Amino acid sequence: MSDESSRKIVIPGEIIERGNDFLPGEGTEKRGEDIIALKYGLAEESNNLVKVIPLSGVYLPRRGNVVIGKVENITFNGWVVDIGCADGAFISLMEVPRFVNKNELDEVMDIGDMVVAKIIGVNKRGVDLTLKIRGLGKIDEGLIFKINPNKVPRVIGKEGSMIKLIKDETGCDITVGQNGLMWIQGDSIDKELKAKEAVMFITERSFIKGLTEELKKWFEGNKK
Amino acid sequence: MTTFKSKSEISTQTNKDSFERPDGRKIDEIRPMKAKVGIIPNADGSAMFSFGDTIAIAAVYGPRKMHPQHSQDPEKGTLRCNYNMLSFSVTDRIRPGPSRRSTEISKITEWALEPILMIDKFNSMVIDVHIHIIQANASTRCAGINAAALALAHAGIPMRDMVSSVSIGKLDKQLVVDVNKDEEDWEEGEGATDIPITLTSNGEITHIQLDGKITSKELKDAIELAKKATKQIYELQKKTLKEMKE
Repeated sequence: MSDESSRKIVIPGEIIERGNDFLPGEGTEKRGEDIIALKYGLAEESNNLVKVIPLSGVYLPRRGNVVIGKVENITFNGWVVDIGCADGAFISLMEVPRFVNKNELDEVMDIGDMVVAKIIGVNKRGVDLTLKIRGLGKIDEGLIFKINPNKVPRVIGKEGSMIKLIKDETGCDITVGQNGLMWIQGDSIDKELKAKEAVMFITERSFIKGLTEELKKWFEGNKK
Repeated sequence: MTTFKSKSEISTQTNKDSFERPDGRKIDEIRPMKAKVGIIPNADGSAMFSFGDTIAIAAVYGPRKMHPQHSQDPEKGTLRCNYNMLSFSVTDRIRPGPSRRSTEISKITEWALEPILMIDKFNSMVIDVHIHIIQANASTRCAGINAAALALAHAGIPMRDMVSSVSIGKLDKQLVVDVNKDEEDWEEGEGATDIPITLTSNGEITHIQLDGKITSKELKDAIELAKKATKQIYELQKKTLKEMKE
């Protein structure tokens, strides 16, 4: 059962698989010989690893995620960023790939600025972010809006197929934060709005199979 | 909306076959139940659950940072429940706001739900559960717990199991499932005893309350009755969650 058709919705405490052939992945637990779901979501199995993809709930930060956030505060050695989760996120001065005058942190990023950053660590005190990778940094222009964080994988699609389709069709540059914030940058506002509409189209129909094809049709229908 | 008409095929240890309940139900028959998930768009998880005329809605917020800061627990997450009966939920308007009764039920709900939650990794965070009774006809805490369990699952909180709650009543000497207001005020014979019980899908008890007179054998029978009744409730909860599409 590895193809898409075998996905099923499970509830906490439900047995997903029986027997010792399977390994418990994220959102699951092994109890005796059974794999039990711990979360409400879609159960998926690949290479004998069973995991549950949540359908709802808040964003939980994980190492390696690229997120979009808003600068909330400036401290003496960095910036506090709101990325929409319970923990506060922090960009240290050391994680900015350029020289920063310690007295003029607001010259680089001021309170209220939007920023694309990558999570380098999640610990008890909070989330640590970095900007030291290409493509990260302060957002100067474009369109930012929020979607349900649980639908981000659907918007990206298998190996980025969905997001690539939108990029090709609209000619916009799109950055998807794992926390549900999206940043669209195009030559004109019309193109940006078109890209936003396409994303909304996906989020409203996230439970349909073969959505990439549907979206292609949608783009064709909208051209006329 | 998922509806459930309870049908009973279980014959219970009735010594009086002729026992009649005020609304004509069988002794092990639950009032028609309704459940719905995702009713409050602004909450992280929400649900409605009803037993006949008793309707409870639950909203879950979090995990989020605990405020005030001094009540944070840096070692594990906290569950905070709030049970509230709306002023128009009963025939005589009740004074809105917290009361001795509602604070007690809030705490009881917390204890009933805590054993199934796996929130030890949510350091210094809190999960808020707000339960509102919008219409009451007895068994409100049970409807509240059922709604809260659905809402917690909907909010994507890691849980060991689901819980279902039902109230068992002892009317004179007869055990009945899911008491309503008329039965709660039973005055014949020994009078009425209300026993709300919450069970996991495995039949483990997370909450049981009792005030009134009962023999230990009757209590055991009451738990058996609750096990059969919560199975029906669990099936409804399962069906509701599985059928939900945003």
